[in-house]
Amino acid sequence: MTDNSSIAFVMKEAKEAMPAPITTTGPLAWTRENLFSSPLNTALTILSLIFLAWMVPGLVQWAFVDAVWVAGSIDECRQLSSEGACWAVITARFDQFMFGFYPEDLRWRPILAFVLLCVALLPVLWDAVPARKQLFAFSAVYPLVAFVLLWGDGWVFQSVSSSDFGGFLLTIIIGVTGISFSLPLGILLALGRNSNMPFIKIICVTFIEFIRGVPLITLLFVASTLLNYFLPPGTSFDLILRVLIMVTLFASAYMAEVIRGGLAALNKGQYEAADALGLTYWQSMYLIVLPQALKISIPGIVNTFIGLFKDTTLVSVIGLLDPLGIIQPILADSTWNGLVVELYVFVGLFFFAFCFAMSRYSMYLERKLSTGDRH
Amino acid sequence: MSEANAADILADRSKMQVSDTEVAIDIIGMNKWFGDFHVLRDINLRVMKGERIVVCGPSGSGKSTMIRCINRLEEHQKGKIIVDGIELTNDLKRIDEIRREVGMCFQHFNLFPHLTILENCTLAPIWVRKMPKKQAEEVAMHYLERVKIPEQAHKYPGQLSGGQQQRVAIARSLCMNPKIMLFDEPTSALDPEMIKEVLDVMVGLAEEGMTMLCVTHEMGFARKVANRVIFMDQGQIVEQNEPEAFFTNPQHERTQLFLSQILHH
Repeated sequence: MTDNSSIAFVMKEAKEAMPAPITTTGPLAWTRENLFSSPLNTALTILSLIFLAWMVPGLVQWAFVDAVWVAGSIDECRQLSSEGACWAVITARFDQFMFGFYPEDLRWRPILAFVLLCVALLPVLWDAVPARKQLFAFSAVYPLVAFVLLWGDGWVFQSVSSSDFGGFLLTIIIGVTGISFSLPLGILLALGRNSNMPFIKIICVTFIEFIRGVPLITLLFVASTLLNYFLPPGTSFDLILRVLIMVTLFASAYMAEVIRGGLAALNKGQYEAADALGLTYWQSMYLIVLPQALKISIPGIVNTFIGLFKDTTLVSVIGLLDPLGIIQPILADSTWNGLVVELYVFVGLFFFAFCFAMSRYSMYLERKLSTGDRH
Repeated sequence: MSEANAADILADRSKMQVSDTEVAIDIIGMNKWFGDFHVLRDINLRVMKGERIVVCGPSGSGKSTMIRCINRLEEHQKGKIIVDGIELTNDLKRIDEIRREVGMCFQHFNLFPHLTILENCTLAPIWVRKMPKKQAEEVAMHYLERVKIPEQAHKYPGQLSGGQQQRVAIARSLCMNPKIMLFDEPTSALDPEMIKEVLDVMVGLAEEGMTMLCVTHEMGFARKVANRVIFMDQGQIVEQNEPEAFFTNPQHERTQLFLSQILHH
């Protein structure tokens, strides 16, 4: 037996909390922690700085300092500055990039539709918006408003043919429609796939596996050509509408699988607690299961949204004039022949802005929804 | 197991009235299989209104499965279960009717982490009982006061201790004003310091005459509160008796072994 006095200990007084030393907080600590924490890290930091010093000045010189913003043709551009970017092509064809061949005197309508879109998105994206309920009512009728504004009703608003649509207008129409319809459809498909009812389950599984097994381009070709064979003769079915349906169905199959992942990640006890309280199936889905499953699936959902938004460029292969489709004639035009980089950089930047915004928003949403429940 | 707690539990048996005529739950010849595995074998159990029954037994003995059959979290394949005069069948309406009258508390609480404590408690009254929101909140606060955590009403479950969460889970069930409460190992996931606060709430419920069916290994609780202890093994009810007789003079050899394992260590 050891002597008791050597191991016995009683705390005499509680120790006060002390402020953290300067080396563990503040910018200095951040720099050391993140940039110079080990020899390898230090070497990588220095290499990155050298790389940036080598890249950035040239890029800035090309894109801004030597760039030409306004000119009539590529030759004029080269005369003004032989080394810089020729953004003049974008300036000259800006309207086409935005609207395609939408009639010039009616272009206020897509612009108004876009502004209203932002208003309609406000209550969906941001829960602190004033008068959220009334705005939601507007969001609900917005698709109809947008349709009348964009295509016209042939009565108050002059009709515009689908073949005149193009540019980013087309991208946004397909992207926003696909995103807003694929989410609810994907939820239903995911719930159907988890259903106890064999008939519903088989339909959902077949649909999801079929759509996921076929490339989007194939579906778009089906939409543009084959669909006419299946429809009764004489029915004409707007091409943009057909593309919208295909893109939505395509994205919803992916969405369903992402959401199924969220449903599977949810603790079985949540379903049981909802059942034990007497909630019906739809109540427990709406109140308990989906809020949690969707939260878990946010990164995957936004990933699918971003993918869908970029996939809209595929419609150029079936002859729709999305921004990439607009580029083709410009490349062939002798006035601007030879400019490639500027056009693709411009379109790329546009897509980046939208996709980056979506990605940031999803991060904000995840942070916001994580309050309180640390499970 | 928690004999130390037994001394702390103050329960007034004189308040716990058992009805002689009103049957709360009647289980007749119930059998259940998980695939090929015969998990419950010919269970017969009649629970009178106001009874407090403790079910114990080794893990895998089917005790949780049995009480989960009572509110159809598990489906039985043979025999009858009659709860509050309603027979459990595949009829969804009847299942919902029974679930409204039967409250349940789980081992892992199963609070809804995305809702506040208050919202957890008002959800079912509002959506199932169609109670106005204001009234539901009053009811919820009443029961949160009873389980002694009204000040936590606007927090989220993740911010509470395990014992507090389980008390919220009990309050959430009580908000539906159930006639029967089922407890599935309510203290098994708790730290020793928190077990007592949950048991105290359960004792309070018993004193108010609630019909309770409780799967637990809290033998102190069983002794002080239960009027019947049931021992299950391999899907069968092996022995049942009044707590005093059950603990001091177990008849079946399996019961004796089980009790010696959990009481003498």
